[in-house]
Amino acid sequence: MKLTRSLAAVVIGAASIAVAGTAAAETELVIVSWGGAYSKSQQNAYHLPYMKLNPDIKIINDDSAPEAVAKLRAMNEVNNVTWDLVDAVAADAMRLCDEGLALPIDPDKDLAPAPDGTPASKDFGDLLVSECFIPNIVYSTTFGYRTDKFKTKPTSVCDVFDLKKFPGKRSLEKKPINNFEWALLCDGVAPDKIYDVLGADGGVDRALKKLGTIKSQVIWWTKGAQTPQLLADGEVVIGSTYNGRLFSLIEEEKQPVAMLWDWQVFDLDGWIIPKGTKNLAAVKKFLRFATDTQRLADQAKYISYGPARKSSALMVSKHATLGIDMKPHMPTDPNNAKTTLLYNYEFWADNQDDFTERFEAWLAK
Amino acid sequence: MANVQTEELFTVDGTPLRVSLARAQRRLKLRALLLVGPLFLFILVTFFIPIGDMLFRSVENAIISEILPRSTKLLNDWDPAAGELPSEEVFAAMVEDIKVGRKNRTITRAGQRLNYESPGMSSLFRSSSRTAARIKKAPYKKALIEAHKKWGKVETWKLIKQFSPAYTAGYFLASVDAKQEFGGEIARLGEERRIYLNLFYRTLRLSLFITVMTLILGFPIAYLMAILPTKSSNILLIFVLLPFWTSLLVRTTAWIALLQQQGVINEILVFVGLVGTDNRPQMIHNEFGTIVAMTHILLPFMVLPIFSVMKTIPPSYVRAAVSLGAHPWLAFWKVYFPNTVPGIGAGAILVFILAIGYYITPELVGGTTGTFISNRIAHHISSSLNWGLAAALGVILLGVVLALYLLYDKIVGIDNMKLG
Repeated sequence: MKLTRSLAAVVIGAASIAVAGTAAAETELVIVSWGGAYSKSQQNAYHLPYMKLNPDIKIINDDSAPEAVAKLRAMNEVNNVTWDLVDAVAADAMRLCDEGLALPIDPDKDLAPAPDGTPASKDFGDLLVSECFIPNIVYSTTFGYRTDKFKTKPTSVCDVFDLKKFPGKRSLEKKPINNFEWALLCDGVAPDKIYDVLGADGGVDRALKKLGTIKSQVIWWTKGAQTPQLLADGEVVIGSTYNGRLFSLIEEEKQPVAMLWDWQVFDLDGWIIPKGTKNLAAVKKFLRFATDTQRLADQAKYISYGPARKSSALMVSKHATLGIDMKPHMPTDPNNAKTTLLYNYEFWADNQDDFTERFEAWLAK
Repeated sequence: MANVQTEELFTVDGTPLRVSLARAQRRLKLRALLLVGPLFLFILVTFFIPIGDMLFRSVENAIISEILPRSTKLLNDWDPAAGELPSEEVFAAMVEDIKVGRKNRTITRAGQRLNYESPGMSSLFRSSSRTAARIKKAPYKKALIEAHKKWGKVETWKLIKQFSPAYTAGYFLASVDAKQEFGGEIARLGEERRIYLNLFYRTLRLSLFITVMTLILGFPIAYLMAILPTKSSNILLIFVLLPFWTSLLVRTTAWIALLQQQGVINEILVFVGLVGTDNRPQMIHNEFGTIVAMTHILLPFMVLPIFSVMKTIPPSYVRAAVSLGAHPWLAFWKVYFPNTVPGIGAGAILVFILAIGYYITPELVGGTTGTFISNRIAHHISSSLNWGLAAALGVILLGVVLALYLLYDKIVGIDNMKLG
């Protein structure tokens, strides 16, 4: 009897706490991103300022972005979407939009205009590659090399394929994307003909043959953190990864590594609102804040990715803690962007599965 | 109970004893069922149904006929052998299907499904979904072919017809590096596209090798722990368990730091002068790396079952054998070792089955020659989103494990297995 009574007291107590909790109420927004330095830059630039302005909003970070497409699909199948905003690369965003798993966003209605009044659709311009996708940053996949291992410094992406002049191990992503483009480029294909050659008969064989000339010296990476580690350990002398990772390796960790921007491949990363979010109004309000000109420029204080708005690019300033000027470290800086490729979404949407199989079969040989 | 009663017995209240006993039995059974029930339901809901659902995807293929209901129905009557395009009616139905699919945002999923079979279908459906919306009146055939020239190819329609049935063997064929052309025979893929059989074989071979390695390394440790006094064996036990309490990723990364070319072991080898600094052996990002890291990670799963079985073997057995004149080695081999077989069996099965499904360690240290089939399954689940193929690969892996389990049962006997 005594036990039931004290149990009842506990239950009532807990219930009243729960009620009090909801009264003070916060809306919880679950925001999915990539973790690491990238998530930190978003938290510093978007999440923390927003929560300060809106005490009733609590942002919960989830680092599931690498599996976001698969997880969103699964959540949709059981009709229980627990995420409110998801950070995705452009190719995945297009796929989610096509499948109806992401909500369309009207840039001029849902997003803030630039400070001078330019509507968002103009300010983002060509980078609005899908109607469901609001890009945050332009990032690039490019090479970093050890400055202490070569007599002459590599200047061209084709130096990666030159084992005589630049001996040593290299690291490349374990994917056909980017590697095939670089291989064909260095096999003498004109930059604007790369996808024609790759799509034609024998194109894949040609790319694989070129990659075959360095295959024995390649360590294949699957996680963005691997190349910086391999470079720091001296395990590879040159390797590809995302430019922001190389920035922290060079400027924050002071490793003897330099950037080789030649033929960097641009890609976009940004937000999508998953269909079925339970806080649509709140998340749209947040999205308006987080994608305005000032916020995108702020993010560049913490990580060396180029803001997706034209109006933000002018406002990029110094690194928040290192105090160095961030402009020369942006992939979009004219000095770095002399030769660039833009990820061809349509081509890879068609051929990724097939080429990946060919690539994997080639790797296993 | 087996005794036959000659005369019926009654309980105090007059019911026959037989009836009363049966009632009590029934109540017991019901109670047992109620006790087991929740767990059974739990396992059913959280384990068997999801896994069954996932495995079912390996043959399920309703997607095409669901998204393109009108055209696939009409295509049933179309005979591709004649080498002619389907009729105007089919084209009209396809335009309608694409329009509806565009509105429901499903049409590109059909394209994606067909793209697994033939590259290029994804963009065909994506671009057609934009243009088909503008096709308002006949002739649909001409308009659709103008929208995309692939609609004018018999192969496109053959592919749609081939994959319109609700079930397909396509995923299983793909998992064994084969393909079936429309109406044709099953053929192996070209040399440059074969992946999976090779990977299955590698997964089994390496898993077996890792199992043997853990046995060779684990048996002496278990033996030492079993014969030492409790105080010292407990310290050893802690050393065996210590890696268990460390994160898997940390242990894997530690192996990278040890084995890489600029790593600890290579530095020592160069320092001692065993190898020159320019030809340091490659010990990671290959098969060797996977074997070393996984043997280390799975070692406790071999040591513990063997140890717990050895603990139960009375020392007097060996003593008796020796006192009767057997050489200590012979006593060990003929008397002690056979008693440890149940532990070895349990450990081997545990390690082998864990190894066969291992994913993160081969991914990080396996390079190109040390990755497992599970790495491809993970790729298809989270990256290419070809869940049907992932499910088919999973079913085959499950089948192989079950077959090996039955083989083991035949040879060693599963009753012989002992975990402690």
